[in-house]
Amino acid sequence: MASVPVTRKGNFAGRLAKYAWESRQAYIYILPAFIIMAFITFYPIGYQVWMAFTNFRLEHLRTQNPDFVAFQNFVQILRSGLPVPNFNFGRILVFNIVWTFVNVFLHTALGILIALALNAEALPGKRIYRSLFVIPWALPALISGMVWHNMWHEQFGAINLLLQELGLAGDIRWLLETDPVVNLPQIGLVLPLAFFAVLIANVWLGWPFMMVIATGALQSIPQELYEAAEVDGASRWQQFWRITLPLLRPAMVPAIMIGIMMTFNQFNVIYFVTGGGPIGLTEILVTQGYKLVNPQGWYGVASAFNIIVFIILGIITLITNRISQATEPYYA
Amino acid sequence: MSNERTASAPHTSVSLGDVIAMIWAILALGASLGLLGLGVSLLTGSSTVPRIVSAILMLIAGVVIAVRYLPLSIALFRHRAFKRVRETMEADLVQLFLLAVLATVLFPIVWILSLSLDPRDFSRPTGLTIIPPGATLDAYIKVLTTPSANPVTFLQLLRNSLLTAGGTAILAVAVGTTAAYAFSRFNFPGRRVGMLGFVLVLMIPPGGTLAPLFVLLNALRLRTTLWGLAIAYASSALPFAIWNMKGFIDSLPYDLEEAAMIDGATRVQSFIRVILPLAAPGMAVTALWGFLTGWSEFILAWTFLTDPNKFTLPMVLRGMVGQYASGTPWSEFAAMSIVMSIPAVLIFFFLQRYLVAGLAAGGVKG
Repeated sequence: MASVPVTRKGNFAGRLAKYAWESRQAYIYILPAFIIMAFITFYPIGYQVWMAFTNFRLEHLRTQNPDFVAFQNFVQILRSGLPVPNFNFGRILVFNIVWTFVNVFLHTALGILIALALNAEALPGKRIYRSLFVIPWALPALISGMVWHNMWHEQFGAINLLLQELGLAGDIRWLLETDPVVNLPQIGLVLPLAFFAVLIANVWLGWPFMMVIATGALQSIPQELYEAAEVDGASRWQQFWRITLPLLRPAMVPAIMIGIMMTFNQFNVIYFVTGGGPIGLTEILVTQGYKLVNPQGWYGVASAFNIIVFIILGIITLITNRISQATEPYYA
Repeated sequence: MSNERTASAPHTSVSLGDVIAMIWAILALGASLGLLGLGVSLLTGSSTVPRIVSAILMLIAGVVIAVRYLPLSIALFRHRAFKRVRETMEADLVQLFLLAVLATVLFPIVWILSLSLDPRDFSRPTGLTIIPPGATLDAYIKVLTTPSANPVTFLQLLRNSLLTAGGTAILAVAVGTTAAYAFSRFNFPGRRVGMLGFVLVLMIPPGGTLAPLFVLLNALRLRTTLWGLAIAYASSALPFAIWNMKGFIDSLPYDLEEAAMIDGATRVQSFIRVILPLAAPGMAVTALWGFLTGWSEFILAWTFLTDPNKFTLPMVLRGMVGQYASGTPWSEFAAMSIVMSIPAVLIFFFLQRYLVAGLAAGGVKG
């Protein structure tokens, strides 16, 4: 930003001419990016809005003449009237929100805790820990997802085999058990055992990101603050709440926002670990939206669905942004 | 905080922390004795290789704990050295905690490594091993020669993945850098809106425009080609590319370009001769990021491609997972996962500090 050239001399007309010339040049530089984005992102978004109001299906790929159905797709989705087995929009939405916040909370708490442990002075093996701990973040999420799917296999998976080695009952149907562990139909919350399985998988691959961010922030906290606090007789607990946590905030808040957006749309983990099962109980919005296109081929319904998801994510982002700003006493 | 002298002076009041530290030291000594005893009894029993290895590990752990805690316990009862014991306890608790974390991090990875080396051609692994009996690289050879049921070679799949990932990287860098240059160096109407527009795109869920893209690329006869795929990936990698490159070009001094232009260079020349060479590190990071995006993308590839000769590696890997492939030995799935992970992990380790620096900069700007 700071490096935008400033015109110092010249009359108004001259400046205007220069501005116009500069603008033209700028647009030429942006043109290639704009063409690709227009073609692959902006045009499809417009097209999607149109499709959402039609009954565009597989057969219309050739004919391109779907019927206009007004808001029928939206109504069908929001009333859970889609002819998809076990489809319940409210339940999926509640599940998706719970999934997001439980995950981000655990990622952040574990990330900070482990970063603090690693920050101890003269810790043997510090460098080894730091490089090994980022491996789950470095692995492509789809590979981790598939590996964890096999980990939870009820007969041959590593988790049940480990339980057997420890002399416990290693025959738990992690991904297939349909009896819910948590069942609160009043608020539409149903959590099967598979939720905890996929949660563990996603926590496994999610906390290292938060740890890396927290480590960077911890190293920038001046040591004198702790020395001063110690002189004043503050306990370690007080030092953590009054110094460490507030000074971690500016780095953690953007990371948490990114975490919320990424986890809300964490397609790879859900799709590959549970596939949305059992009986659709661990489906999140993006995996359900994907299934409307492939294999269902309901392009119109899928478009409407994705527009709804986009709006919901926008609202959640705004709310969390507000909350994080409202609770920001140190950097107002 | 009391120092060593006051702590070793005889005093009557002993805090709760001191008691816990004392119990901890006694437990540690007990654990050391237990480990030594178990190790010796394992050694004197039947002597298979895993038994001897675990016996030796136990003996080493027992000796280490004894060396660490025996002098401490003596000091504790002689001089009441509570502070030293507490410090040792804290350091060891941190170390134990980190070892436990390490175990959870490595458990799936070691399991997959072990499976990939397993010679028993299972579709049903039973029992956990670290190095399976008779470890071989057969699964890797199998995966590298006949990766799937379709008559397509690993090299063909690798070529497809490299083409799409590489195409994504090149497109993202070429197009992203020129756009970033404009956003960094020019002041023009629509500058802020343009930047924000590119960010908004980041909020669209993966596969969010899947339905219209399918129809669009289908109509253009690009849907089932790797080029169509690379263009689609590039559009999702572009927002990051533009932001990243803009940040990088912002950090290059404007004086250099000004000097070049005073010497008679045009804007285009100064962009090509001055900016591009200096921006090379930023372009490398952007390219590698684009490559990673393309390398592990699944949704679009799985939806668009139909010809098995054009499949990418993630699509084939998916065909090897548990329920989808009861006939595929797990060792082959494991080998394939590792082969696919290695380039991604290497690139990631190289990129990590740039990514973190970028995030930190974003955090400062708010």
